[in-house]
Amino acid sequence: MTPARLDATFAALADPTRRAIIARLASGEASVSELAEPFAMSQPAISKHLKVLERAGLISRSRDAQRRPRRLEPTPLAEATQWLERYRRFWEGSFQRLDALLEELKAAEKKHGRPRR
Amino acid sequence: MSDAGSLQLTTRGDREIVMTRVLDAPRSLVWDCFTQPELVKRWLFGPSGWFFVVCEIDLRVGGRYRYLWRKDDGTEMGMRGVYREVVAPERLVDAQIFDQDWTGGEAVSTVVFTERDGRTTVTQTVLYASREARDLVLKSGMKEGMALGYDRLAELMASLPAGGVE
Repeated sequence: MTPARLDATFAALADPTRRAIIARLASGEASVSELAEPFAMSQPAISKHLKVLERAGLISRSRDAQRRPRRLEPTPLAEATQWLERYRRFWEGSFQRLDALLEELKAAEKKHGRPRR
Repeated sequence: MSDAGSLQLTTRGDREIVMTRVLDAPRSLVWDCFTQPELVKRWLFGPSGWFFVVCEIDLRVGGRYRYLWRKDDGTEMGMRGVYREVVAPERLVDAQIFDQDWTGGEAVSTVVFTERDGRTTVTQTVLYASREARDLVLKSGMKEGMALGYDRLAELMASLPAGGVE
């Protein structure tokens, strides 16, 4: 995944309304008016949010010409979530290695004395 | 090794994540491991499969650092920062940003090192640009496993604070 695409994904997800739309679409496709329902927002305002999500590749339109329901596109979200998951793994993995490094440094100090800096 | 070894993640206020880890070593050593490139290179690269490509540190207020990691499959991850406070061996503050700016702007990291009975508690507080950015980091980061299904994703999204549109 390119950094630019990841940027677009996270920018799209940074908004609570857009996240709510994503959560709704996770349970199945929905039309613009269905998506607008839970929000105190006009359809044009919702359409604007949908456009952002569409541009980020997070949602797409189904072929049904009448309702043009939106649906979730799995790949960018999965990639974004994977990227975030690295955060915790990153620190857990690093600290385990730091434990070992500190043991080594302590042993070296015991042997040679601490080098003065 | 009672409380050593386990990583604690909590929140403070709207925009912060606080991470605590106890290390079985005096803080002068831990400080060195956080601030000297030759030592940083040996541990700060996450889960196995990752390695350092660039590790540059100019340890002074206003000095910059640059980390670039690569995974064995070629994936890269990079970040850079500017030091705001350098108080050896107690306190390190920097403004940081990932190459993929997924946190919606700069975050400020404050690392405090406290020593007791020869062991060091590292407390890192990261202040994100927004509550949304912080919550994305935290909630997603809590989940184990790389492949999140739709259901878990929906849960994750639903659990984020609703708020209004900014």
